[in-house]
Amino acid sequence: MKTTSDVLIIGSGINGSAAAYYLAKSGVDVTVLEGASVIGGGGSSRNGGGVRQSGRDSRELPYVMWGIENLWPTLSEELDADTEYTQKGNLRLGKTQAHLDKLAQLAQSAGKVGLDVRMIDAMEAREINPYLSEEVAGASWCPTDGHANPLKTTLAFYRAARRLGARFYTNAIVERIEKVHGRARKVVLKNGMVFEADCIIVAAGYASRKIVNSVGIDVPMDLKVSETLVTETQPHMFDQMLGTAAADFYGHQTKDGSFVFGGSAGYDQFVRHDETTFSTPPASSLHGPCICRAVTGYFPSLEHAKIIRCWGGWTDLCADGVPVISPVDEVPGLILACAFTGHGFGSGPVVGLMLAQMARGEETVVDLSALRYDRFAAKDKKNKKAA
Amino acid sequence: MTQITDRSMRTAAFKPEADDDMLICRCEEITKGEIRRAVYEGMYEITEIRRWLRVGMGLCQGQTCTKLVQRIVAKELGVSPAQLESAAARGPVRPIEMACMGNEKGGVC
Ligand SMILES: Cc1cc2nc3c(=O)[nH]c(=O)nc-3n(C[C@H](O)[C@H](O)[C@H](O)COP(=O)(O)OP(=O)(O)OC[C@H]3O[C@@H](n4cnc5c(N)ncnc54)[C@H](O)[C@@H]3O)c2cc1C
Repeated sequence: MKTTSDVLIIGSGINGSAAAYYLAKSGVDVTVLEGASVIGGGGSSRNGGGVRQSGRDSRELPYVMWGIENLWPTLSEELDADTEYTQKGNLRLGKTQAHLDKLAQLAQSAGKVGLDVRMIDAMEAREINPYLSEEVAGASWCPTDGHANPLKTTLAFYRAARRLGARFYTNAIVERIEKVHGRARKVVLKNGMVFEADCIIVAAGYASRKIVNSVGIDVPMDLKVSETLVTETQPHMFDQMLGTAAADFYGHQTKDGSFVFGGSAGYDQFVRHDETTFSTPPASSLHGPCICRAVTGYFPSLEHAKIIRCWGGWTDLCADGVPVISPVDEVPGLILACAFTGHGFGSGPVVGLMLAQMARGEETVVDLSALRYDRFAAKDKKNKKAA
Repeated sequence: MTQITDRSMRTAAFKPEADDDMLICRCEEITKGEIRRAVYEGMYEITEIRRWLRVGMGLCQGQTCTKLVQRIVAKELGVSPAQLESAAARGPVRPIEMACMGNEKGGVC
């Protein structure tokens, strides 16, 4: 077993696996350590598949837009697998004036960064999607948003990276990082094994926090559960990605015809957990019914669609709602990618590409200085900055 | 678990077999050859096979083919089927209409 490489990646989710792919493609010797028995079994295989820009913070938009323009359209060919990427727009629905005001505000700030997203009235929304209920009062419309199959996309990055010679180890639970001559160098597993590399990328979701704590770095994040359900195959109805101003559900119809819907019952940040995140989060009996009521409020004709599976996944919620994607100055050789706050699937390919660039010491395709690990100032300092 | 699993074991080159065309998952129309090839491509866990090929994700939710898939994967990896972790069973036990799952008023829906 080879325990040294140029780059070590901790976590085989979409971010870790995509980084491994782009590194292996450029000839870098890379190893991925995954704590669970399954590749990409965290949020990356449990999410709603949204590949969207609308509704995002303006600090994230530049790279998400870059990925949607440059990577997603050709990703299936690139990875030699069908990611089921569908770029047919995103309708973000509102039922009340307050909803519409909120959507208009989001659209305006996204427009400033150059995203094509505009407000449409109920009639135009129904032209795009004739199944909407009478309760829908309007929507924001972003034609370049879409969705993809997260299970296939994550495993496709793994398979493609593996084909190119990237090594993956599962059941390899990382406990800590150790420095040698001031640089991040060693990764120690729970079973005592030690791996070494010149560069270590930590992409382990919430578990990243404990791992980088071992070298004195911290990110203010919390663990939050997010739940999803899927219906039996239905006749084809529509292709758009859906979201709502009320954030009561989101989802889409998949290539095979089933609907995948996600949502929340409101207690997602207060779920019992053991901090390992390898486990399946306990599914709450409140979530499914709550999502069903929300969906049928916007799409009455789906009331007879049958739910066949429900599941939950962990998300790594950042204090300020956007991820940390950044090299760590105090610990040369360490790169951190975590705190994706429940929307890191759609950005996975471009984040992987940029992590590979950071590991090679190159400039990233998009400037990421707004997402540095040391941006978290005390509230009095922040208020001063804003004023 | 103290033993880590090497996902890059270079198994011998994929060899087609005479019955690779045999349908294993009838709901999603997945053949034995597709399952064997997935293992060869690094999908060592039943959960990964499911996610990659959709075996057992269709109408019957794997009631028919789970055992068969386990046997094929085990043979390909050279382990006993009992050593493989089965995919998570998820609720609801039977398909249930949205109107019904969302109903908290009680009564028949
Ligand atoms: C229900 C749900 C719906 C979502 N919907 C969307 C959506 O529609 N659109 C969108 O863009 N995003 C969505 N997300 C968010 C998205 O799934 C995540 O942001 C994204 O998958 C994060 O990828 P990752 O690679 O950073 O983390 P993960 O996929 O969580 O991967 C981290 C990996 O690290 C491993 N690990 C943990 N600890 C250790 C350790 N000590 N040693 C070694 N390995 C370790 C884990 O086992 C895991 O495989 C959703 C998430 C959930 C749960």
